[in-house]
Amino acid sequence: MSDNNSVFKKADFQSDQAIRWCPGCGDYAILSQTQKVFPEITTKKEDVVFISGIGCSSRFPYYMDTFGFHTIHGRAPAIASGLKISNPELSVWIVTGDGDGLSIGGNHLIHLMRRNIDLNVMLFNNRIYGLTKGQYSPTSEQGKVTGSTPMGSLDYPFIPSKLVLGAQAGFVAKTIDIELKHLREMIRRANDYNGTSFIEIYQNCNIFNDHAFSNLTDKETKSDQLLRIEHGKPMIFGANDNKGIYIDDTTPKVVEIGKDYSIDDILVHNEKDEFIADMLSNFTSNDVFPEPIGVLYCKERATYDSLMEGQIEEAKKKNKSKKTINDLLNAGDTWEVK
Amino acid sequence: MSKKVRLQTLEEVTIRFAGDSGDGMQLSGGRFTQTAAVVGNDLSTLPDFPAEIRAPAGSLAGVSSFQIHFSSKEIHTPGEKPDVLVAMNPAALKVHLKELTPGGILILNKNAFTVKNLKLAGYESDPTEDASLDDDYAVHYIEMSKLVTNVCEGLDLPPKIVERTKNLCALGVLFWMYDRPLEPTIEWLNKKFKSKPEIIDANTKALHAGYNYGETAEITTRYIVEKATLPPGKYRNINGTLAACLGILTASQNSKLGVTFAGYPITPASNLLHTLSNWKSFGIKTFQAEDEIASIGIALGASFGGSLGITASSGPGISLKTEFMGLAVITELPLVVINVQRGGPSTGLPTKTEQSDLLQALYGRNGDAPLPVIAPRTPGDCYFATYEACRIAVKYMTPVVVLADGYLVNGSEPWLIPNPDDLNEFIVNFEKENNSDEKFLPYQRDDKTLSRPWAIPGTKGLEHRIGGIETEHITGNVAYTPDNHQKMTNIRHQKVQNITNEINPTSVYGKKKGDLLILSWGSPHGACRAAIDELLNEKYQVGHVSVQWVNPLPSDLKDILGQYKKVLIPEINAGQFIKIIRAEFLVDAIGLNEVKGKPLNASTIVEKVKELI
Repeated sequence: MSDNNSVFKKADFQSDQAIRWCPGCGDYAILSQTQKVFPEITTKKEDVVFISGIGCSSRFPYYMDTFGFHTIHGRAPAIASGLKISNPELSVWIVTGDGDGLSIGGNHLIHLMRRNIDLNVMLFNNRIYGLTKGQYSPTSEQGKVTGSTPMGSLDYPFIPSKLVLGAQAGFVAKTIDIELKHLREMIRRANDYNGTSFIEIYQNCNIFNDHAFSNLTDKETKSDQLLRIEHGKPMIFGANDNKGIYIDDTTPKVVEIGKDYSIDDILVHNEKDEFIADMLSNFTSNDVFPEPIGVLYCKERATYDSLMEGQIEEAKKKNKSKKTINDLLNAGDTWEVK
Repeated sequence: MSKKVRLQTLEEVTIRFAGDSGDGMQLSGGRFTQTAAVVGNDLSTLPDFPAEIRAPAGSLAGVSSFQIHFSSKEIHTPGEKPDVLVAMNPAALKVHLKELTPGGILILNKNAFTVKNLKLAGYESDPTEDASLDDDYAVHYIEMSKLVTNVCEGLDLPPKIVERTKNLCALGVLFWMYDRPLEPTIEWLNKKFKSKPEIIDANTKALHAGYNYGETAEITTRYIVEKATLPPGKYRNINGTLAACLGILTASQNSKLGVTFAGYPITPASNLLHTLSNWKSFGIKTFQAEDEIASIGIALGASFGGSLGITASSGPGISLKTEFMGLAVITELPLVVINVQRGGPSTGLPTKTEQSDLLQALYGRNGDAPLPVIAPRTPGDCYFATYEACRIAVKYMTPVVVLADGYLVNGSEPWLIPNPDDLNEFIVNFEKENNSDEKFLPYQRDDKTLSRPWAIPGTKGLEHRIGGIETEHITGNVAYTPDNHQKMTNIRHQKVQNITNEINPTSVYGKKKGDLLILSWGSPHGACRAAIDELLNEKYQVGHVSVQWVNPLPSDLKDILGQYKKVLIPEINAGQFIKIIRAEFLVDAIGLNEVKGKPLNASTIVEKVKELI
């Protein structure tokens, strides 16, 4: 749908609440792109619901002029799941962060993925706790020096895309806060997907973890370190599209196009292939490989909410005798006292 | 063979079936209960099982029991010391003999008294061989395993399966002894094992074998317990789990409101999830979540979406849900949390009953977070309590806690089947239109109840945001201002207090004024009622009040308490309700507190009252 045919404008998705993120925060860009893309993807604003947990990113629903619920730390998936099964017509969006979604809410997130309720997750990954003033998060690199880890953090980070693929996610995408068009495209794709969709958005926290993703956003480095993947297209990158991913026997490697390898040797992305998705998720924070953005994996299967509705319909059909509440109340052995 | 049989009429009898977990004692008890119900006795039951699913066979830890108290008059408790003990093995005898009434009837499966089983139970010598039991009890040594093996000879069944029918044999003996019909059990067997005719055959043969044993052996007394005179109407036997689930279903049907019930497996609350999961044809949605926190979150999310969200749990599961209860309080959404209380703290006594979560239900959240609490008093009352919990949750836009307990959900009683149309009217008003000329006002309240509108996603023009941050009066916007927090705290408190308008005038059983009032909440109702009956018979000036709503308390309670010289509060905890009563009414109430994982005994209460008067 083009903007001209939209029922709504961007302004219709902007609430009257003053935005309280720090100036320069990556959240502004994500909010703005979301407000911009929603007129293109919905004609019923009243069906859209944003659900969040706790953290900087979780203030998001207050700024969207849709239904919204700012819940408790880590638990947005639970509220969103209950909401969607109570009314499958709704368009439900979870906004979470790396602390909210992967630390305190990690259990809910993995079960959400395998359950496949038709809703969408936007995980803002800034690799830090912002609202509590800068402690390391489950996606911070090992050795991160923060208020709680003055000598460096000891634990190894999660790779979110790898985690959710392991948890049986059916739609996994990655994007970056300042990749505005790409970000909108990922939201559109997530909206189109029937099932639980997961978008990891690299988001810069300019106060507590500035430049966390500058290798992917700075002009000098991004061409060699960022891999834009698209279904059916070869995985090429580099300043002159001169590098690509080649499968050598069974392992991927980065090759130069032109000398020993031609464009035809380069691996073509197939977003329906879970083995490719697994491989791409391993490129994250990997010194050898470029970091992929785009749709890593997209394969549909029956959703939990539709299966649930199906069971209810089946049970109603089987109940041919039209059992009523009075039948249940009067079931079993009964007797009259006169 | 003919023999002289003496017939004796009794007013009431308590039987305890005890055996190894695998001996089928819950089934024998259940069938005896159903038959007593069909005969028309008043009855009350208490199943008691070990926390271990399959403790080693024959061990003391593996003993499971079921007690039934049945009578020709109205009764309120599952009885105390049994008059009859069925012990299917040495371990069951060891655990339960000390509670058998002196002179009581003891029925033993003689074949189970093997060297191995005796050793497992800690017997040095076989008590069935030295006649030591005969001094104190009327003992029937019955070779049940042998009996069933004999009658099932020729059936194409492995010996192990045949051996398992001995619980039906024990049941048959009791049916003869108490002059009960076999037909309801045989019909039940035919239904239950429809596709397994050999199993029906074997069990029916075992049942008859036991019955015939009574008829032919040296048992010389049969007992008659006449039908009870209960209020007229149609009855069934019901346990608290089923009653609670029927209450939920009735709430859904009367309100035309969808129900989403989310739970996580936990003893003894899981059976609610199981029961409701079978009622999908009524549109009830059930959800087994990944943990306790998720299950209450899913329920609350469903309520946000316009379905009635309900969750149930016990013990530590409830502790995990407390943060979400706070969110439900501040966002003022309907939610029902059923707590089937069990022994605590921590894992505590998972299969035993207790009332020790009252203060947690009232105060166990961060901040001032008041919510209404209702406590069913009998298994059948679970129906009315859950129905009211659902109705109040919606009418007042609030989470409601239902405080049941292990005894209530597993115990059973005859139940006068209610008519759903006779219950309080259950009206749901979703907000349809914007209540303001500008932005929708989600915290614009109803003057009378103080409840806020239920404005569900999908309703055009009502887009709004709610959350766990303090909310501005009327607009619902985030607000940190001092006066607003004061105001909202007061409103949340007053809203719960307004529910007193929904509570029927308190009824006092026994003397309306006098020397002592027994004040109870929840499951000690029955024991208190039995104690009062006995005390009134002995001309004591005593009364009993059994509250169903624990928060808010009935508005007439203060005046009632003033009519007595003393107030006694029996509770299965270390003294919780008593703190509330003392604090609310400045009454110097006296506690009777016992935490043994079992219901209170009427005799304990009687004793205490006599000590106080």
